[in-house]
Amino acid sequence: MQSYNLTHLKELESESIFIIREVAAQFENPVLLFSGGKDSICCLHLAQKAFFPAKIPFPIMHIDTGHNFPETIKFRDEIVKDYQVRLIVRFVQESIDKGRVAEEKGFDASRIRLQTTTLLDAIEELQFDACIGGARRDEEKARAKERFFSHRDDFGQWDPKNQRPELWNLFNGRKRMGEHFRTFPISNWTEMDVWQYILCENIEMPSLYFSHKRKCIKRSGMILADFEHLPKREIEIPEEMTVRFRTIGDMTSTGAVESVANSMEDIIKEVAATRTTERGGRADDKRSETSMEDRKKEGYF
Amino acid sequence: MSEFAGNGYLDMELLRFTTAGSVDDGKSTLIGRLLFDSKAVFQDQMEAIERASIQKGEEHVNLALLTDGLRAEREQGITIDVAYRYFATPKRKFIIADTPGHIQYTRNMVTGASTANLAIILVDARNGIMEQTCRHTFIATLLQIPHIVYCVNKMDLVDYKEERFLEIKKGLKNFSSKLDVKDVRFMPISALHGDNVVMRSKKMDWYDGPTLLYLLDNIHIASDHNLVDCRFPVQYVIRPQSKEHHDYRGYAGRIAGGIFKPGDKVMVLPSGFTSSIKAIDVFGGSIEEAFPPMSVTITLEDDIDISRGDMIVRENNMPQTGQDIDLMICWLSKQKLAERGKYTLRHTTKEVRCLVKEIKYKVDVNTLHRMEDDKGIGMNDIARISVRTTAPLFHDKYTRNRTTGSVILIDEATNETVGAGMIK
Repeated sequence: MQSYNLTHLKELESESIFIIREVAAQFENPVLLFSGGKDSICCLHLAQKAFFPAKIPFPIMHIDTGHNFPETIKFRDEIVKDYQVRLIVRFVQESIDKGRVAEEKGFDASRIRLQTTTLLDAIEELQFDACIGGARRDEEKARAKERFFSHRDDFGQWDPKNQRPELWNLFNGRKRMGEHFRTFPISNWTEMDVWQYILCENIEMPSLYFSHKRKCIKRSGMILADFEHLPKREIEIPEEMTVRFRTIGDMTSTGAVESVANSMEDIIKEVAATRTTERGGRADDKRSETSMEDRKKEGYF
Repeated sequence: MSEFAGNGYLDMELLRFTTAGSVDDGKSTLIGRLLFDSKAVFQDQMEAIERASIQKGEEHVNLALLTDGLRAEREQGITIDVAYRYFATPKRKFIIADTPGHIQYTRNMVTGASTANLAIILVDARNGIMEQTCRHTFIATLLQIPHIVYCVNKMDLVDYKEERFLEIKKGLKNFSSKLDVKDVRFMPISALHGDNVVMRSKKMDWYDGPTLLYLLDNIHIASDHNLVDCRFPVQYVIRPQSKEHHDYRGYAGRIAGGIFKPGDKVMVLPSGFTSSIKAIDVFGGSIEEAFPPMSVTITLEDDIDISRGDMIVRENNMPQTGQDIDLMICWLSKQKLAERGKYTLRHTTKEVRCLVKEIKYKVDVNTLHRMEDDKGIGMNDIARISVRTTAPLFHDKYTRNRTTGSVILIDEATNETVGAGMIK
């Protein structure tokens, strides 16, 4: 007897493809925000599936903080060729040079918050009306309240208390001039779903996710990769460690985990056994109880 | 959790459920308990809420803080918006839509309910059935959630007494018998202490039913999808216009009903042209059949002009077609529903305009009485209305198909989603 039930991964995939097609159908000028991390790679893969055998009908955009892992940039440039998409890059450094934002100072300085201005400027410059992002609701408590189609006013701001109700599979992407939407096709996926899917689909991943040796420092319970722009206190002496990254972001704030997992299967085992969230290693979220909500209201991803 | 490490996840199922209840019935605590006892809460999350609980001077670790994420929610100790939470057992992955119980936020319950397989409705054992309990039950049935589970919570505060549970159960049965509910369950729990949530209660020997998690894990998800009536709303037309796929013209969309196979004779609406399915494509190849809720691309044998908003169906099983539509509507906006008002209406992948011809009656959600004299439809009200659309809709009754039977109304001035409609 044939069973007409999809597995959870197939059902999630189908939902995400539906959302991506809906974005392409409802908006004139969408863009996929690409960070080089697993979630945005997953979105890119789903976009390829959504429009096959045609090419992906929108470009991808990377907001480069200037503090990216070199591996990320290399991987990004390769993936652009594989998926035959157009890549747009905008630099936080340019926003700093133009005086749009001021660099943070001190040991814990980060360019995470500065990205928002660069992103909003790029949206305005290139007239994007929808940004597709790889944010997931299980990542962070403010993101748990996010819609698939999330409205942004003409300042790019999110108003979490006044969101449009989202019913069935009917998505309302109507907006006024100057407003835009953030859309999140993998909202319902968990970290585990993403890894299981990557394994099932055999999607290539940046080497940073796999165990490797690297010079690191330890800072308030986090392991940070040492690199030239990282301000270090005298006592913070880099030492070689065997690590991998659970998320990939800016080098100043993405914590590594000590791990020997160097295959997809090992990573899935590690994710299953782990007792901390993946963003537990993100210094940007530890600034306050509601730092993600505050950043998102301003227009962050 | 190590079970997930194997290949077990390759045949896991997905169950979506929603939680509803009055203010302070303990919804967030229940979800916190499910996540905590099923080990879906991580150490750093636990430490963060322990810190926050101590800071607020609370006696117990406040599990509600796991779901109340927004600043205002934490400050006021309430849930404002639908929060989505995830956990998994070796058998199933769960998506929870945690919806607030405040009367002014009922629109969130409708949102959470629209995609749910199951609803958990919480009742405070001390207070019994409240106005909100009736409202939530009514909404759950109106939205055709196949399974309803009443959790009589805070049993610890009524000394775990069986009589109290039976009394509330009787009242609930009485109320829900007036409604079209397919499957109703009742269970006594204490979310705060964990009784009958994941672990069996040692204090309620008299209860021999399953725990909540056992039920969630094993309840038969009688396929919510209609596998009989073939419905494929065209979402996007794929034309690669490349050398390799020069003449390719595929219709992308998500199957809304029925089972489609290559070779099937089909009809395209509104044109009425017939053809047959050449192939059902997915990335990298073709498949032999497609069923809900799969996202696929269909190609046809004949060149027909088809665009977004059209629907591919079987000739011998047609949806209703028409411009006069009867709806049960849940109003979601502060701005009242205007009789003779014009709205944008979205149905499957089609967008049209509509005129509200008549407000027939408002439903008193506590007594289920029809109020034919009351035409003032404000936020959270449920009413029977009829609309006329600018173009025909290809639709089914909502009770027959939740996808082809649902619409939203959009205010043309503010672009807000103001109404959720179910086709009668």
